[in-house]
Amino acid sequence: MPHPDTWLTVRPEGLWCEPGQFFVDPVEAVGRAVITHAHADHARPGHGAVLASAETLEIMDVRMGEGRSGQAQRALSYGEHLRLGEVDLWLQPAGHVLGSAQVAMEYRGSRAVVSGDYKRVPDPTCLPFEPIACDVFVTEATFGLPVFRHPDPAGEVRRLLDSVRLFPARTHVVGCYALGKCQRLIVLLRQAGWDGPLYLHGALLAVCQAYERLGVPLGDLRPATASRKDELAGAIVLAPPSAIADRWARRLADPVVCLASGWMRVRQRAKAKGVELPLVISDHCDWSELCRTMEDVDAPEIWVTHGREEALIHQAELQGRIGRPLRLIGYGDEDQEEVAEGAPLSPAVAAADPAA
Amino acid sequence: MIAFAELLERLTLTPGRLAKIALLRRFFETEPDPDRGIGLAALTGELAFAAAKPSLIRALAESRTDPVLFAWSYDYVGDLAETVALMWPERRVNAPPPLLAEVVESLAVTPKAELPSLVSGWLDASPVPVRLAILKLITGTLRVGASVRLAKIALAELSGGTIEADDIEEVWHGLAPPYGELFAWLEGRGPKPDPADAPVFRPPMLAHPLEAADLAALEFERYVAEWKWDGIRVQLVSTPGGRRLYSRGADDISATFPEVIEHMRFDAVLDGELLVLRDGIVAPFADLQQRLNRKSPTAKMMSDYPVRVRLYDILFDEGEDLRPLPFDARRERLQHFMEREKPDGMDLSEIIVSPDLPALSELRDGARAASIEGLMLKRRDSPYLPGRPKGMWWKWKRDPLNVDAVLMYAQRGHGKRSSFYSDYTFGLWCTTETGADELVPVGKAYSGFTDQELVQLDRWIRNNTVKRFGPVREVEHDPQHGIVLEIAFDAAQRSTRHKSGVAMRFPRVGRLRLDKKPEDADRLETLIDLIF
Repeated sequence: MPHPDTWLTVRPEGLWCEPGQFFVDPVEAVGRAVITHAHADHARPGHGAVLASAETLEIMDVRMGEGRSGQAQRALSYGEHLRLGEVDLWLQPAGHVLGSAQVAMEYRGSRAVVSGDYKRVPDPTCLPFEPIACDVFVTEATFGLPVFRHPDPAGEVRRLLDSVRLFPARTHVVGCYALGKCQRLIVLLRQAGWDGPLYLHGALLAVCQAYERLGVPLGDLRPATASRKDELAGAIVLAPPSAIADRWARRLADPVVCLASGWMRVRQRAKAKGVELPLVISDHCDWSELCRTMEDVDAPEIWVTHGREEALIHQAELQGRIGRPLRLIGYGDEDQEEVAEGAPLSPAVAAADPAA
Repeated sequence: MIAFAELLERLTLTPGRLAKIALLRRFFETEPDPDRGIGLAALTGELAFAAAKPSLIRALAESRTDPVLFAWSYDYVGDLAETVALMWPERRVNAPPPLLAEVVESLAVTPKAELPSLVSGWLDASPVPVRLAILKLITGTLRVGASVRLAKIALAELSGGTIEADDIEEVWHGLAPPYGELFAWLEGRGPKPDPADAPVFRPPMLAHPLEAADLAALEFERYVAEWKWDGIRVQLVSTPGGRRLYSRGADDISATFPEVIEHMRFDAVLDGELLVLRDGIVAPFADLQQRLNRKSPTAKMMSDYPVRVRLYDILFDEGEDLRPLPFDARRERLQHFMEREKPDGMDLSEIIVSPDLPALSELRDGARAASIEGLMLKRRDSPYLPGRPKGMWWKWKRDPLNVDAVLMYAQRGHGKRSSFYSDYTFGLWCTTETGADELVPVGKAYSGFTDQELVQLDRWIRNNTVKRFGPVREVEHDPQHGIVLEIAFDAAQRSTRHKSGVAMRFPRVGRLRLDKKPEDADRLETLIDLIF
């Protein structure tokens, strides 16, 4: 049985599967790419052939422009097997954002799973992560330090609504990135009983519409840009993190600046960004989820792609596994994305996509 | 404890004053006794626990976490209490988080050896914000950025408009946690607490800045003038119940200046200016700052930075409330008091005799000593009233000094200004060892510009950024390209802390000099010449 390190290797373009002749989440345009999810640091435009879930392909179309993800697109359902060269490949839900998938690969009886970005807590906007037993598990480690433990997201949304009640004349502007976090936050707010309108920065609209087309209803959404200042008093406005404390936010009524991100767990991060109400809501695993997942998939070897890999590798070793950093470059771990005022994300700008 | 923890977190991150008051008010309104009173004591710095120390927290962390992971985590977070609060490995316990009062009472009475198990039990039962609040209470480092004054304003709001923050001020230092009596009074369930002989703080009388329009209307003969000294305004309270030295903001600074307390062997309440004085000469404010930075001074600090109080006014004399008397009468009583008590380390503020306003104006402009900010004008018939009553006292600052400096770095402001680059670091030219001219940063200004100028500067900064360091932008500043700011300031002082060797007192933007190029800006030597 060949060890995965003989057939799954790191190249400058990304993780390369030799017997299948494809890359997983390459950071530049390649001939054949399998994409875990549509965040811009994992999904780049201009490939030859692209394989991903149908949802991921649709969101890539929305963000990059129709057909710009690659010359040929192939959608694969979760659990549907495909033979690429000598490799048997299938996708399994990763629980990160709508359409996100783990890539499972089997070659001559040896199995590796690339998780992409993932989380374990339930998310009403996407299917939950399903662990797959494997020989090598390739994981992210964005929040790979034990200080990161995300609280119940419903509790965080309750804190937001409580603040809206306490400051009825102020606008609560919540920084959240355009794909995944934004829609999850909207559904969490709906579940917490907020039926009224939610106002959106222009950069968030397109992906929300895509979610609705893909069967995730989001309720009454309105463009914040078209609204008057007094109309926004007492309202909740969602905007990309880069806009919440910048010029764009000047149109809001005495805003309470909020940011939904796993980084908000650390007070100094909130303070440095001028965030008045940090909401610890993340689309990534926290430390305990990362540790639990290594046990669930029970892989003897853990490869860490990006994030705080040294701590997770140390933890893998404490669990009696081999840990190895892959040092893939180009995957983001910031929630800062530069967005032109009110403009939808262009591919070039979206390259600075976040992953928190 | 959950509500208190949430309050702490929000106060720490909320820049707005009104928002802080709203948060405090809701806490006082909704939390039961004695928790709200204990919370108030914690916020106002009235609590301290001798047995519980940071070393306890470190030991707890070591007992429950992997040392390698702890080291990396501490390195990342940078704050011990926060690191432990965040990474504490919970053991599921069938208990709710502790109440604030329970935490405070237990910390006070639990023997040192039993603290680790007590505290880890609490940490197990609490979510992260509560864990952090407990650990911050233990280490005595709440630092929430809410002044005691804000808490009093929020408390006054509980009365529905019948009690003012200044009324609370008058009884405050006679009260003790958990303040049951205070809340009863505020909520109309009890009488006003009687401080009796306690050395309580009295809200001070403050002055308005004198503008040109006021000056024209001023009836000079109704006023007396005094120097406005650049120290800190203090209130000396000495009653049979005790002695206290308070800052203008009601902070008890007795421990910082024990020699002043030592000399208060009388029964009176006095208003004055605390100054560092050497051989009768008032030292620059920076010297006083050395003392203010220390909670309790060493003997060396006390002899290197000897302080004195220059007395302005007398509020109480042997229990008699003199505040309703006109200024002239109080001044006479103050002189009698000085003759009678001859207190060490105190002197009388001089009354400046001047024939008319133009002569006085000349005196003001002539006073360039770093320790004099200008003149005070006090109406002879003014009673001593709390706050800033109109038309009674005026502060007439001398005209500021100016230099033309070049904008070098800009940083975004806070709160309402968070989307604007409103904090400016500016520099002056100096010649380096190699003989080349370069700009050396000399100070920072955050104010003085109009809203329109702010918008203009903000736009220029965004379009002329050459480098970014986190939240700071370096902007173009070569001899031909850049922005020249006229910087106004009250005094220039020598400083070993600044690279330039000079520190400016209260620098602000006088105006934008768009007519000038950076090469036309002033040189560092010009500023050094202004040091008195």
